[in-house]
Amino acid sequence: MKKNNKKFLSGGLGQLTIPLIAIALLFIFNLIRDPGFFSIGISHNNDGNAVLAGNLISIINGASELAVLAMGMTLVTAACGGQDISVGAAAAIAGSVFVKVLKSGSGISGGTVLLAFVAACIVAMLFGTFNGVLVAVFKIQPMIATLILYTCGRSIAYWINGGATPTVSSHIITAIGSFIPGIPIPTPVLIVALVAILFKLLFHFTSLELFTQSVGINGSAARLNGINSTFIKLLSFIILGVCVAVAGTIGVSRLSLINHETLLLDVEMDTILAVAIGGNSLGGGKFKISGSIIGAYVIQMLTTTLYAMKVSSTDVKAYKAIVIVLLVVIGSPVVKQRFGKLLERISSKKKITVKGAEE
Amino acid sequence: MRKLKSLLLVGLLVLSCVLTACGGGKKGGNIKVGVVNNPPSESGYREANVKDMEAVFSAENGYELKTAYSIKNDEQLQAAQGFITEGVDYLLISAAETTGWDEVLKKAKEAGIKVYLFDRMIDVDESLYEAAVVSDMAKEGETAVKWLLDQNLSEYNVIHIQGAMGSDAQIGRTGALDEQFASGKMTKVVQQTATWDEAEAKNIVESVINSGASFNVIYAENDGMAKGAVAALDEHGITHGVDGDVIVMGFDCNKWALRELLAGKWNYDGQCSPFQAQIISDLIKGTKTASSKKIINEEKGFDAKALTQSDIDTYGLGE
Repeated sequence: MKKNNKKFLSGGLGQLTIPLIAIALLFIFNLIRDPGFFSIGISHNNDGNAVLAGNLISIINGASELAVLAMGMTLVTAACGGQDISVGAAAAIAGSVFVKVLKSGSGISGGTVLLAFVAACIVAMLFGTFNGVLVAVFKIQPMIATLILYTCGRSIAYWINGGATPTVSSHIITAIGSFIPGIPIPTPVLIVALVAILFKLLFHFTSLELFTQSVGINGSAARLNGINSTFIKLLSFIILGVCVAVAGTIGVSRLSLINHETLLLDVEMDTILAVAIGGNSLGGGKFKISGSIIGAYVIQMLTTTLYAMKVSSTDVKAYKAIVIVLLVVIGSPVVKQRFGKLLERISSKKKITVKGAEE
Repeated sequence: MRKLKSLLLVGLLVLSCVLTACGGGKKGGNIKVGVVNNPPSESGYREANVKDMEAVFSAENGYELKTAYSIKNDEQLQAAQGFITEGVDYLLISAAETTGWDEVLKKAKEAGIKVYLFDRMIDVDESLYEAAVVSDMAKEGETAVKWLLDQNLSEYNVIHIQGAMGSDAQIGRTGALDEQFASGKMTKVVQQTATWDEAEAKNIVESVINSGASFNVIYAENDGMAKGAVAALDEHGITHGVDGDVIVMGFDCNKWALRELLAGKWNYDGQCSPFQAQIISDLIKGTKTASSKKIINEEKGFDAKALTQSDIDTYGLGE
């Protein structure tokens, strides 16, 4: 009995318990509120393609940038025990580079889009390296180190394209941000899946997962065991840089426009939340990427639910905060421990009463 | 050696004095104008505003232009103070905040510097400035709503996407539409702020589409949010624009937005004119006189059916 309780709390779904419960609760809440909330239909978009539509699709689609960023953020969190708060600003830079390269050519073809994306990746990785060096080499607190780029990032993005809001119109860009003709699933969702698979492969074929965890748990112990902890930390920031470029590209492609002031604004906070809701310790160490992805969907589901309830968007943030405080508190070690003890006591009492009955 | 050095220094000093004196003499006839503005990076509007200022107050037009850009009020105040000390003839201000300007403007008055406000009003006594050239955001809303009423739709089911709550543009552009909602002439399907964020506007429209509510007008308080809304319509196969089911309205007249109008994908775009420089220049040179302290910058609204390429070239902002 005791063993089972422990398993329910720490084993079984383990780290994923809280995010999964959260998503289940949101599901049930929405089904009670409006049974048709999750209905998925097939409609034709203005390009004449059959595509899936419905709240569920909107949620999974809308959370794409957040999910990609959360994956990278999980790695940084695990290795450094801190978070990168510059991802939104860095995504604005990456998006600006993407648009700049697209607009510098005469026309937009598959090749130029790829080139633009690679350029965005390189720039985002450079900024990732900048953050990473500050954190890994100079041992600056991650939040302070990334505060620099957080503050100046959007100004840098402005310099790249100048003012206004440059637009790019091309069916390739629309395909990336919306739907590829013939495929009814939104492309950003496919990109999230692709990034998740790449992470899976990375962890499968390298020891990055293990190394990151050991660096996060105890950097000096890891170093004594021959792991270059500086490099692992730096690498986590560079990988996050790639995620930032992907998120920025998705964001730009959705609207065929870059607005350096609003692109992925405030996303850093949601990203950190996604990591936290995913059951990852914000102090570093053990981590699960899948938790963070679910965390991202929880956040988007919450937003979509609130919009569907016609909550004023100025109030959405406040409601979100309430739910998230609840989630984080429930997921905290203190509550878990208390809850565990409570369960233990209940089960031991039962045993006593059972024993008493036997006597 | 030391002597040589000091001699060289003195020589340089004399030379520089002569040079600056020459420079000063050359510019003597020009009107010195100090402009305190928000930085061009703030928005497409500001970028056009700054360029317009530079073009009008140029040396060819007989001006000597000095500029200071900041989004912080205290930095702007310092810059204005600096211009007063330097001794400009005119001070042009687009303030970051409406308060805190009393002292500086009084000093300007004492120094005989004439002050013009542009784009934004300041909370000071009218006697402290010559004139304020501003946009009337409420009128922009009225022009847009009047255009919408002229479309004679049998019913108006409006998705209203607002800008950052409390900003001048939001309050002005919301007012006229709110009146229609209150009178019952138009129906509010949803009224939400997207805080100028394109992606947020898309989310709002998407949630309305998913809820199954019917609508035939999208009134977005700037071009970016209109574009976000249209992206949601496109994904869900809802036609829009001149021959479409949904009327799309935006504001600011970015060039790219006007091109959407020209292509018939949007219906209306309301101007928010950043071109105040010429009006102020006319006032300074006395070719025109101000009838009142507050001069409203005339602004247009563009209908997709009547728009021409030359309108885009003349009134469009950005590229």
